[in-house]
Amino acid sequence: MLPELGHFALILAMLLAALQAFFGILGPQFGRERWMAAVTPAVAGQFVMVVTAIGCLMASFINLDFSVKYVAQNANSALPMVYRIAAVWGAHEGSLLLWIFLLGCWTVAVSVGVLRLPKRFGARVLGVLGFVSFAFLLFTLATSNPFLRLEPAAPDGQDLNPLLQDPALAIHPPLLYTGYVGFAVAFAFAGAAMLEGKMDQTWARWTRPWTTSAWAFLGMGIALGSWWAYYELGWGGYWFWDPVENASFMPWLAGTALIHSLAVTDKRGLFKSWTLLLAILAFSLSLLGTFLVRSGVTVSVHSFAADPTRGVFILAFLLIIIGGALTLYAWRAPLLKSQAGFEFTSRESFLLFNNILLVIALAVVFGGTMAPLIADALKMPTLSVGTPYFNPSFATPMVPLLALVALGIMSSWKRGRLSEHQRTLLVTLGVAIVLALAVSFGIWGGSRVLTPVGFTLAFWIVLTSLIDPIDRWRRKLTISRGVLGMTVAHIGLAVLVIGITAVESFTNERDIALAPGQKAEQGDYQIHFVNLTPAEGPNYNAVRGQFVVSRDGKPLMTLNPEKRQYWVQRSVQTEAGIGTDRGTNILIALGEDLGAGKWSVRVQLRPLVNWVWIAAFIMALGGGIAASDRRYRTARSEAADEAGVVAGNAALAKGKSG
Amino acid sequence: MMKTRFIVPLIVFVALAGVLFIAVKRAPDKHFIASVLIGKPAPEFKLPSLTNPGSNVTSTALQGKPYVLNVWGTWCPMCRVEHQALMQIQQLEQVPLIGLNWRDDDALALDWLAQLGNPYEQVAIDKQGRLAIDLGVYGAPETFLIDAKGIIVHKHVGPLDMEIWKRDFEPKINAAPAAGPT
Amino acid sequence: MRRALLLALVAFSWLAFMRVAAAIDPTVIPDPALQERYQKLTHELRCMQCLNQSIADSPVELAGELRNEVREMIVEGKSDDEIRDYMVARYGEFILFRPRFSARNMWLWLGPTVLLLVGAFIAVRILRQRSALVAQDDQPLEDDPPLEKEAGR
Repeated sequence: MLPELGHFALILAMLLAALQAFFGILGPQFGRERWMAAVTPAVAGQFVMVVTAIGCLMASFINLDFSVKYVAQNANSALPMVYRIAAVWGAHEGSLLLWIFLLGCWTVAVSVGVLRLPKRFGARVLGVLGFVSFAFLLFTLATSNPFLRLEPAAPDGQDLNPLLQDPALAIHPPLLYTGYVGFAVAFAFAGAAMLEGKMDQTWARWTRPWTTSAWAFLGMGIALGSWWAYYELGWGGYWFWDPVENASFMPWLAGTALIHSLAVTDKRGLFKSWTLLLAILAFSLSLLGTFLVRSGVTVSVHSFAADPTRGVFILAFLLIIIGGALTLYAWRAPLLKSQAGFEFTSRESFLLFNNILLVIALAVVFGGTMAPLIADALKMPTLSVGTPYFNPSFATPMVPLLALVALGIMSSWKRGRLSEHQRTLLVTLGVAIVLALAVSFGIWGGSRVLTPVGFTLAFWIVLTSLIDPIDRWRRKLTISRGVLGMTVAHIGLAVLVIGITAVESFTNERDIALAPGQKAEQGDYQIHFVNLTPAEGPNYNAVRGQFVVSRDGKPLMTLNPEKRQYWVQRSVQTEAGIGTDRGTNILIALGEDLGAGKWSVRVQLRPLVNWVWIAAFIMALGGGIAASDRRYRTARSEAADEAGVVAGNAALAKGKSG
Repeated sequence: MMKTRFIVPLIVFVALAGVLFIAVKRAPDKHFIASVLIGKPAPEFKLPSLTNPGSNVTSTALQGKPYVLNVWGTWCPMCRVEHQALMQIQQLEQVPLIGLNWRDDDALALDWLAQLGNPYEQVAIDKQGRLAIDLGVYGAPETFLIDAKGIIVHKHVGPLDMEIWKRDFEPKINAAPAAGPT
Repeated sequence: MRRALLLALVAFSWLAFMRVAAAIDPTVIPDPALQERYQKLTHELRCMQCLNQSIADSPVELAGELRNEVREMIVEGKSDDEIRDYMVARYGEFILFRPRFSARNMWLWLGPTVLLLVGAFIAVRILRQRSALVAQDDQPLEDDPPLEKEAGR
């Protein structure tokens, strides 16, 4: 009963989404008040149906209804309850439903948010969102229905992929998808602006909080995925330039550029068509990521079961949605011009550099990810692109970008008054260099060539970020949330750079052959392999090693790495034992039984790797603070908006509104 | 009036979509890395036989007519999945099936064949995986079609089924030179 | 001055992310020169069963076997190129993590630097355009009204 109800709910949801799109886009176009009024009810109705659908699927999992094919493929009677719920989004069909559900959540939020905005604009935004919902629902019902029945019902299920049976699994996809899907809002705002034929500073102001919050969620989702890979896969890597990782990173890069570009458009009415393009690009990259993961075009630890029919379908609706947006862009964008000026060392300049460098970084990741795919499609010999390519290539635009952050923070709008801050900049740079050298040599006793560079850039960013807030605090002035959020986010960036620099420079990694009872030394630590015992979990058998880690003879922690064998899927999983001491992450993983009682054991000392993930959360926090700034909800005064903009633009607004 | 540069994103996107479309169409075959050994002679081997202890399975003895070499192991769940198809293929009696038991335990392997049936004319044991490496095997099950002259004509990565056999293997078997002097 | 700094950063940035990690295999070749070659090669060869992992880092059995092969070949006296050719002959170019520099790959490797130059060119053009407009742009840079209100409270 429940699966059928869920299926029916999805169909209704799709129809309501179609209505939402129809009324939302055509209502304003033809000036039909009643149509525009129908949009919000459509949004509400669609959301109720989607919640029903996902609720039914969740119930089927909780009840272990193995007559539902999707449940039979992803659950098992031995699967713990928590993972039964998480299994809802453990594979393709269910994760699509999660996508749709989150899109519904954002849409509802937007429908409340647009109450303050002009009716036509708000209707258009919801209309575009409705169109995207409709496309996803159509795709799901046509090719990826999670409610298909299995006749006869399976006696038991195939179990959830053991890699996914982990607390981080419960949170990683929802967080990540919230971000992915959130960029649809900026996309919808862009679409509405293009449909209206009007895009001004007020538009930029409204779009900012939605973009920033989506960006924050995406960042957290990526960080969680990285952290999970680190402790789950057991060999201490936190980023692999895996095609699916890149697929989530690219929208984040585009989103970062968009946040900065929106600031310029908001403040000075500049970069309008560019901001528009970025808004389209960010969501397009989200959609592209969806395509890559599900079409069978890339092979990845993350990729869902390949199905080319689905691939073609997704590609078709990619063409419609993105192609449609870009066509609108080609048509409307040329009319957006501004005559505002800015000087060579103004804030606009630095944000311009920011955008250019971020786009280059994005192009590098995009090129590296797509190149093997494209080479293959064009029947060229397979290209191999991995970390040895990505690391130096990505660093090429990123290092200059980091160097420019401090300068950008101190710069002012429009006038290049950077020379006024020359002393501050040099002093902070000097302090940063000294600190960097002190840290590199003092704490770790020596480093590679670029280690002090990384630390210097990070410290410089922190110091310059703090100058304005501290100055304001001393003068008892308020700091707007926007500025506070920016400061926090930039400091988060610096923390990220510190973490990466430390880990990449000072990791101490060794594999040793140890038998239970033996000891080994590494870095400042003594490792005692106490014993090896069998263990059992709810759906696996394991062999567990007990290791005591000491420093200066004093035991600090006991780590228990395991090698598990899951009963149903019969796959072997390594669970590393991880602990932290004085900022250094200690990772012990069991390798193989070498015979004669010895095991190969991998011991890694990774300084400050935790800072990488903490940094992502700091950045997200900054984003959240900034997004909550009430300034963004108010329109700029009409006078301020229209002035300073070409007559042509004003004529456009007059001629094309409505 | 449209300025040219604003249409560039659309053009770039359509071109990309075109390439992706081709990629998707090719996806089922492209999913696994194409073997570089197609058209090259199969490596020589002389390995102990699982089902006929004491004797060997040699490449020289097999030359003269086409055969299929199937890499499998009891530890490999997909091999279990394809086993039924192998039994059906064996019944077609088109070419001999030679098994290559990769990095496995003899007792378990014999047990497996006893329980599930033995589609293989012979089974070679590759404990160290030497032959597997020479064949560029990276994930079981993998199946090779080797012609009468000892040249690798086709390789399939992943479990076989009748559809794949009919689509990829049969045409090549029928086209292969008939048994005769090498 | 700024441009020189930029160029210097670009030139050296590729060094930034090289790291050395120990091989997953606990046994070590006694000769340090050979051991170093072993490390380098095992990090250059892809684990075909994994995604974007070298055989040095991968715990799967196949990776271990290939590491053995590499070690044996090094000890036998084979050159790095011979070992790479051996692997490529069996698994194709795809097994090499760092693609061999060829006409085909060049656009991929030179891409970032070329893009930087293009980006610099675009930046300069825009900057020239906009700084020229500053003289004509007499729009006051208005502060955000709500912020002023907050400060006044």
